[in-house]
Amino acid sequence: MPATPPSVVAPADAGSLPGKRVTLGADVPMRLDSGAELGPFVVAYQTYGTLNADKSNAIYICHALTGDHFVADRHPITGKPGWWEMLVGPGRPVDTDRYFVICSNVIGGCLGSSGPTDIDPATGQPYGLNFPILTIGDMVRAQKLLVEHLGIDKLFCVIGGSMGGMQTLQWAVAYPESVFAAIPIATAARHSAQNIAFHEVGRQAIMADPDWRNGQYLVEGTRPERGLAVARMAAHITYLSEPALHRKFGRNLQDRKAVTYGFDADFQVESYLRYQGAAFVERFDANSYLYITRAMDYFDLAADAGGSLANAFRPGGKTTPVRFCLVSFSSDWLFPTSESRAIVHALNSVAGNVSFVEINTDKGHDAFLLDEPEFHQVIHGFLEGCAEHRGLTVRRRGR
Amino acid sequence: MDIRDDLKLIAEMVEPNSRVLDVGCGDGALLDYLAHTRNVDARGIELSMDGVRQCVAHGLSVIQGDAETDLKDYPADAFDYVILGQTLQAMRDPRGILDLMCRIGRRAIVSVPNFGYWRIRLQLLTTGRMPVTEKLGYQWWETPNIHFCTLRDFVVLCGEMNIHIEQTRILNSAGAVTSRSHSGLANLLGEQGVFLLRRA
Repeated sequence: MPATPPSVVAPADAGSLPGKRVTLGADVPMRLDSGAELGPFVVAYQTYGTLNADKSNAIYICHALTGDHFVADRHPITGKPGWWEMLVGPGRPVDTDRYFVICSNVIGGCLGSSGPTDIDPATGQPYGLNFPILTIGDMVRAQKLLVEHLGIDKLFCVIGGSMGGMQTLQWAVAYPESVFAAIPIATAARHSAQNIAFHEVGRQAIMADPDWRNGQYLVEGTRPERGLAVARMAAHITYLSEPALHRKFGRNLQDRKAVTYGFDADFQVESYLRYQGAAFVERFDANSYLYITRAMDYFDLAADAGGSLANAFRPGGKTTPVRFCLVSFSSDWLFPTSESRAIVHALNSVAGNVSFVEINTDKGHDAFLLDEPEFHQVIHGFLEGCAEHRGLTVRRRGR
Repeated sequence: MDIRDDLKLIAEMVEPNSRVLDVGCGDGALLDYLAHTRNVDARGIELSMDGVRQCVAHGLSVIQGDAETDLKDYPADAFDYVILGQTLQAMRDPRGILDLMCRIGRRAIVSVPNFGYWRIRLQLLTTGRMPVTEKLGYQWWETPNIHFCTLRDFVVLCGEMNIHIEQTRILNSAGAVTSRSHSGLANLLGEQGVFLLRRA
């Protein structure tokens, strides 16, 4: 069998990553939306802070498409700070001195949780495309098993942006009695045609790479780096906004005084995208990218609730007990404010408890990961209000 | 806790432990007051992003939205009270808003400035120009208040819409209650009125 290239995070390496791991679905395999079964499977996760005595202070953070469970500590591969360190930590809006924060790598991911890089016991080789197709619902089902494994009946809050926001919505809809509050950020109740289209471009870029080998690249000892990098470059454009790109790069040239009349990266923006693509392949698996983008494409809360989004928030004919806070960003065209507003309207139509804020910024979809003080104030305030209602803090006396 | 006089009057009309929607809740002062003095389930809609952000950052359940487009989403009787403070005259369709408020709320509480207030009448009479007062300090070409009414106009509209006025508070310019009835001299002496309404 050909050797696995050293930089690939294969399951054998996953054990050496920091963080916690648990095997779930060993007794009873987990039934997936596709009808397939998964189990036993591994979920890699991190926790921060301390679970209180009555286990009422747990916050689950759901990561986005290319995120992982290293929310608030240094990334083991890139060495960069945690992806939401500005939001999560001691004294931060999601205060780990007060809350017990859990974040797991989604199933289908490539940083420790079971996914297409795992060894298929049936063949002794990496699953590749033999790994079952997953949905957002499946990812959250696995997270629920982890939460049960941790002995927690009810999460104080679920928070996530983008695909993490989809999972947050899924949590609230699938397990309304197990979620006190939910903060879906820069997200939608269904993936739009435009977003499916962008994902398809990314997947086709990967599949068009001769090194992809029909998904068997781990077995054949190749890596579809160029395809994955192009997928990342295309996606990265959708995370930004035209004004932000213009502000950052304009038409500035990269280390040169004039254009070269060739296809070299003359413009800074080209150089930047190439760098983003190259850096991404160091930490991400191409098949994982296929699986996770597909899960997002399939997401449609209303379809799962008989075609009505409002019904999704009316479990058993009663208004959802979950307190929602939706946040969108004005320049986000990937998950525009209208998508959040559609969720707000559905919640209003069942008289659900919902807050909604659109943050003014020119940073596009990426804003949810960046230093946006007003966004952070909203998260802090909403959590404070919920903590009061949940009995986690003493009652305020006015302002 | 201290809030504006008319807001305090509105708060006094709200039964404890009820569900309240404040339409145009601003920075959330009334909602915060209601939540902490009357233990209500307090929600709000506010047009300005700054207001919404302040509200949510203070732990209030408020959405950014426009009453004229967003109120229709709520089911009938979703709230015990729907409150509209000092903004009916700024709506494109005040009658439609009143109708919606009385549908999604078992009761509605509305406060309106009185264009029949004697000072306003006197200004129009003596200067022949659109009145500008301390409380309504806009020139005609810049005012957001596009549908002024007198207290009598308001009462007549409620009658036409089959809306029952359960309580009335007439306030003078100092914010003190001068009358609990909208008849008599209220339309001349009151600077604003606060009304508790329900579908008849």
